[in-house]
Amino acid sequence: MKALRNIVDKLKPTFSEGGKLGFLHSTFEGFETFLFVPDTTTTKGAHIRDCNDMKRTMIMVIVALIPAFLFGCYWTGAQVGLEGLTAFVYGLIRILPMVAVSYIVGLAIEFYFAQIRKHEINEGFLVSGLLIPMIMPVSTPLWMVGLATAFAVIFGKEVFGGTGMNVFNPALLARAFVFFAYTPQISGEQVWYSNWTMMGAQVDGVTGATALEKLATTGTMGEWSAMDAFLGFIPGSFGETSTLAILIGAVVLLGAGIASWRTMVSVFVGGLAMGYLFQAVGLTEYPVWWHLIVGGFAFGAVFMATDPVTSAQTNTGKYIVGFMTGAIAVLIRVVNPAYPEGMMLSILFMNALAPLVDYFVVEANINRRKNRVKTVK
Amino acid sequence: MSKVIKLRKGLDINLAGKAAKQCTALPMASEYGLSPLDFEGVTPKLLVKVGDEVKVGTPLFFNKADERILFTSPVSGVVSAINRGEKRKVLSVTVTPAQQQTYEEFPKLDVKQASREEVVELLLKSGLWPMIKQRPYGIIANPSDQPKAIFVSGFDTAPLAPDYEFVLAAEQKNLEAGIALLSRLTAGKVHLSLPTASPVLGKVEGAEQHHFEGKHPAGNVGVQIHHIDPVNKGEIVWTVNVQDLAIIGRLVNEGKVNMTKIVALVGSEVAAPQYYSLVAGARIDSIVEGKIKAQQEGDSVRLISGDVLTGAKRNEQEFLGFYANQLTVIPEGDKFELFGWMAPRFKKFSVSRAYFSWLFPKKQYKLDTNLNGGERPFVVSGLYEQYLPMDIYPVYLLKACMAGDIDKMENLGIYEVIEEDIALCEFVDPSKIEMQQVLRDGINLMIKEA
Repeated sequence: MKALRNIVDKLKPTFSEGGKLGFLHSTFEGFETFLFVPDTTTTKGAHIRDCNDMKRTMIMVIVALIPAFLFGCYWTGAQVGLEGLTAFVYGLIRILPMVAVSYIVGLAIEFYFAQIRKHEINEGFLVSGLLIPMIMPVSTPLWMVGLATAFAVIFGKEVFGGTGMNVFNPALLARAFVFFAYTPQISGEQVWYSNWTMMGAQVDGVTGATALEKLATTGTMGEWSAMDAFLGFIPGSFGETSTLAILIGAVVLLGAGIASWRTMVSVFVGGLAMGYLFQAVGLTEYPVWWHLIVGGFAFGAVFMATDPVTSAQTNTGKYIVGFMTGAIAVLIRVVNPAYPEGMMLSILFMNALAPLVDYFVVEANINRRKNRVKTVK
Repeated sequence: MSKVIKLRKGLDINLAGKAAKQCTALPMASEYGLSPLDFEGVTPKLLVKVGDEVKVGTPLFFNKADERILFTSPVSGVVSAINRGEKRKVLSVTVTPAQQQTYEEFPKLDVKQASREEVVELLLKSGLWPMIKQRPYGIIANPSDQPKAIFVSGFDTAPLAPDYEFVLAAEQKNLEAGIALLSRLTAGKVHLSLPTASPVLGKVEGAEQHHFEGKHPAGNVGVQIHHIDPVNKGEIVWTVNVQDLAIIGRLVNEGKVNMTKIVALVGSEVAAPQYYSLVAGARIDSIVEGKIKAQQEGDSVRLISGDVLTGAKRNEQEFLGFYANQLTVIPEGDKFELFGWMAPRFKKFSVSRAYFSWLFPKKQYKLDTNLNGGERPFVVSGLYEQYLPMDIYPVYLLKACMAGDIDKMENLGIYEVIEEDIALCEFVDPSKIEMQQVLRDGINLMIKEA
């Protein structure tokens, strides 16, 4: 530890204000605080502080994403005819370039903005950078991933002032950008499968619609069973297929108290409620809970809708926004014939509405305070 | 017993170094000091110069904005220094005590007969008026105001706070005299809030008693006011600390200012934490000398006049604050920690289950002053509300303070809170925002614009 500290201390003047590389001070500080929790002490206010910080909070989300990520690696390989460890390694090699592109592009932009704002690097992108490849089809071209990431970080986050100020979930914005800008390239059937022919992968052997598309068109899951969908053996974006792996992540998030259970539960309740409504009026016949295990519903509910910045800020608001997110997602799935998946649009839509919901919740609080005067006198 | 008000929100931070129920009287300190900085919004105008002789209760300075409010010497002796900081700002006025203490004479009021004017004048002249604070804003009360009620909290729930049941065990008469005096100042009631079990303070008569149950900040007077009779726009209530109330009562009973109080010396770096009887404003080295654990090379301690959440950082040559009832000593955290944010950190405390302290609810923690991270904008939501047992949205209020939006601050409840009420929010904040300062800036803006 001492030796490492000495190296950092030696480099510090070069990167400090007035040093040769002073313009990189935010970047340097980013790396320094990654290695060492700074020696900053409190000066005013509370003299002691909780040891939780933004880095720990964000790393917990990454930890929660690991099960879904690992499953995604395996399943990517398994879909092209590989087995066991080979399948896993194939998937890992397949996804790493996407992860790398997303982090490099996103972090470069983050560092640049932190630099010109003279802020510390914000940890928010550590999560977004992993989420982006996980919600893309596995054969999304790398340039598309990079472009979408740049769009999401600049227009989704930095123009609003960075993490904490953004209106829309940056990762979902990247997905939406790809979806609307390159619809033909990514709405084909093949994109859900890897097209790399290394390690003996049989790329031509597999085609077909997703379970979600089958559900929308035929009312069944086609050749897949509900168990397949729950465990994740269905086509889909890299990280979204296994409801089981996502639920393990949910346990981590809720256990650590990072994500709001209010939002998470409300999304599922909203989805089920809407599903039962459609079943009652006879629009759908398949079991309602299928909605929760196919497509991006579970992934969205656990990792996207619970984003503390873009979801509702108030507890009452969280119930409302969560419920609406689930309900609208199912509404889009069932009613909209053009697009079988509704989760992404539903979350983004509720991101936009969340401040309004919060406004009314806070307004109710203000009115309670004002009414107090009337009841007293 | 009246209805118990149960508060579910809050947090008791279990720190090492609780005071043993034992009290020792300290000898006179070499020097006593009164700092204008202890009083929010006071600009001092000096009434003494170095070399002047003063008695206990002789005015040292007054508030430029309101000449009636005097600040008097806690001891008799000779004014030894007027310490100034940048722009000649007065930091403290110090008095070297004489061997034999002499006192300014004040009339022994018959509280029942005295007029309100006489009561106010006695408190102003004696320099005890600054013990009465007003809510909104947490500043010294304006003697011309008519408060709707006066609130006294009979217990303190802050980390390592003194137990007033112990501290005030012999003060029942003075407390009752103090309450009788205060009740002349308001047309409303004098409220005394107590924990569920209070064998000593529960016997004190003259005030309307309320009982509270819950974690910190249940002992904060602001939280109690919110649940008993909240402050609305245009209303003013006054608050007095319970030990200060006993000092006010002493003035009534004895006809002189007697600033002797019992202070808890606490914290993980105190060798044997216990209570000490001393005169307010004592130089800190006179209190801590020989009582702090030996530190390893490179380590240092922080001396806090007050509790760890709201106290003021002091050095040994400075003085115990006017309002302080405890002196806390904790280790400084000026150390780098390799991969700290990834480590399990069993020795540190967090309310987040991202660490493990929730597994050890009984453990006593030795926490240092490290900020444990860097400052960020607000990111997490739903966390802060759990530590403020009031019907207030702290983040919205603080954002209104940051934006300087008077209307919003007013609507969102700025009249009801002061720094101590949101101190826990600041403690748990993973974004490390200086919330108490933000709130104070907002309050000062409200005062300026009013």
